[in-house]
Amino acid sequence: LRNSTEFKSEDDRNSTKARLDAAITRLESEVDKRRKEKLAEMKVLEKKRDKLVEKQKKLADKIADESDVIKARKFFFKLAVVRGQEEVYCQETASATAAGDLYHKMKTNNLILMVLFGFLVLFFISRARRDQGLYLRRIAGLEAVDEAIGRATEMGRPVLFVHGLLGMDSISTIASVNILSKIAGKIAEYESRLLVPNYDPIVMSVCQEVVKEAYLKAGRPDSYRQDNVFYVTNDQFSYVSTIEGIMMREKPAANFFMGYFYAEALLLAETGSMTGAIQIAGTDSYTQLPFFIPTCDYTLMGEELYAASAYLSREPLLLGSIKGQDYLKLLLMILIVLGFVLVQGLVGWDIVNWFKPF
Amino acid sequence: MVFWKRTFPLVIAFVMGIVMMVRYFVPHQRSEDLYTLMSDWLIIIAGFAFFIGMFNLLGAHFAKVRRGVPGWGYSTVVILAAAATIFLGLMRDIEYSISSLIGTEINFISSMGVWENIEGGSPFDWVYQYFQVPLSATVFSILAFFIVSAAYRTFRARSTEATILLITAMIVMIGRVPIGSLIWSGIPDFQEWIMAVPNLAAKRGILIGVCLGSVATSLRIIFGIERAYLGGAE
Repeated sequence: LRNSTEFKSEDDRNSTKARLDAAITRLESEVDKRRKEKLAEMKVLEKKRDKLVEKQKKLADKIADESDVIKARKFFFKLAVVRGQEEVYCQETASATAAGDLYHKMKTNNLILMVLFGFLVLFFISRARRDQGLYLRRIAGLEAVDEAIGRATEMGRPVLFVHGLLGMDSISTIASVNILSKIAGKIAEYESRLLVPNYDPIVMSVCQEVVKEAYLKAGRPDSYRQDNVFYVTNDQFSYVSTIEGIMMREKPAANFFMGYFYAEALLLAETGSMTGAIQIAGTDSYTQLPFFIPTCDYTLMGEELYAASAYLSREPLLLGSIKGQDYLKLLLMILIVLGFVLVQGLVGWDIVNWFKPF
Repeated sequence: MVFWKRTFPLVIAFVMGIVMMVRYFVPHQRSEDLYTLMSDWLIIIAGFAFFIGMFNLLGAHFAKVRRGVPGWGYSTVVILAAAATIFLGLMRDIEYSISSLIGTEINFISSMGVWENIEGGSPFDWVYQYFQVPLSATVFSILAFFIVSAAYRTFRARSTEATILLITAMIVMIGRVPIGSLIWSGIPDFQEWIMAVPNLAAKRGILIGVCLGSVATSLRIIFGIERAYLGGAE
C-alpha cells in the first residue's frame, strides 16, 4: 500500500487501507467464529465417541463375564446325516440352555483319591496316637544332622543353611523351614553359629521368627542374632555368588541345602565341597538330584525332604501322615502293576515293544 | 497374643486351604475369578515384602561399615551400587517430584531426551545389560567346569552301583555326540533307550513320591498338624 502507484492521493491510500483492514478484521472474526463452531462440533463428537467407547467397554465386560456361560440363552440345533454329497436333515429342532458347572466331572478320580488319602492319613494319625512305636525306615541324611552340627561346634565354625529359590508358597520351602527349626534348636543347644542367607524377603521373615523361637525354646534367647538370618537378593546367580563368597570366607563346617534348586545346585555343592564342609542336601527337584548326589555327603530325595520334619520330631501326628502316604503309594504301585498286566494282556504280551522308547 | 501368633494364622491357613481345594473341582467362572484374585494378591504382597528385604539388606551392610568388621569394603560397594541403581531407576520420577514440590518445571533430565526410567536405552537398562547380565552369565558359565570336576570325582568304579553308573554315563555321553555313531551305529539308539525307559521310569517314580509327599504336607499344613513354619513354639 505504501509504495503502490495506483492511488491518486494520500486520502485514497488511507481509505483503501481502512477498507482492507476492515475486510481483514471481518475475515478474522469469521475465521474465529468458524473455528469456535468447529471446536464445539469436535467437542460434541468427542462426547459421543466417549459414550460409545464406554458402551463398548461395558459390552466387552459383559461378554467377558458371560464368556463361558451365556445365561438364559437358548441354542437351537438340528441333526443331519451326510453321506457323500447327500444330506438329510431331521424335521425336529432341539434346544438347550447353557449353564455353569459347579462340579468338574472329569476330576472325580482326583476327588476319590484325595478322600481316600485323607482317610488313610487320619486313620494312621489316630493309630500313631495309640501305638507310639510306628516304624520309619532309617534316612541316613537325617541321622547325620546331629553329627554335622557336632562337627561344626567342635571346629568352632558356623553352620550354613540354604533353603532354595522358591517362596513361602512352595511346599519344599515350608518343609525346609520345618527342618530349619529343628536344626536351629540343636545349634542353640550346642551354642554354635547358624547362617541363613535368604532369597525371598517373606521367607526371611519366617526364618527369623522360626530361628528365634527355636533359640527361645532351647533356653538360649541371648545367643540369637538376627543378623545371622539375612536377606541377600532376589536374583539367582547373585544369590549364588553371595553364598559362595560366604563359604569361602566363613568356611562353614556344615552346609545344609534344603528346598527347591535350579542350576545353582551344583555351584553351591561344589564350592562347599572345596571348603571341606560336610554337606546334607534335600530337594524335590529331580533335575538337580543328580548334581547333589555326587557332591554332597547325604542327599534327601523328593519325599524324604517332606518326611524330615516328622522324622526329626517323631511326633505321632506327623508320623501317622507319613504312614498314610506310604500306604497310598503301595496302592498306586499295585494299580500300576495291575494296569501293566491288563494292557499287556490286551496287546498279547509283545515283549519286543518293552524295549522301544515311547 | 498367642491368638494372633498361633491361632489366627492357623485359621487363615485352614480356611484358605479348604477354599482353594474346593475351587479346584469347581469350573465355574467365579471360581476362576477367585484364583486370579488370589494370584494378584500374592503379587502385591510380594511387592511390599521386597521393602522388608531391602531394609534388612541395607541395614546389615550399614552396620558392618559402621562397626568396621572385616570385609566392610564389600558392604560399601553393595550400598553404593544399590543407591546408584535406585537413583538411575527413579531419576525421571525424582525430577517430576521436585518440579511439583517447588512449583517450577525442571527439565535437566528430561532435556537429555534419551530415556524414561527403566525402559530400553535408559541408564538403568544400560546397567542391567552391561553389569548384571554379563556377571550372571559368568557365574553360570562356571557350571561347565564344576560339572567336569563333579563327574571326575563321581565316575569311579568303587562299587557295583558305581560301576553301573560309570558305564551308563559313558554310553549316554558318547551317544549324544557324533563320534558315538561313528564308533557303533547302535550307540545313539541305546542311549536314547536308556534316557527314555529306565531313566524316565526312575524320574516318574521320584515324581510320584514327590507329589504324594506334597499332598500329605499340604494336608498337614491345612489341618494345622504341621505348625513349625509358624515359629516353633508348641
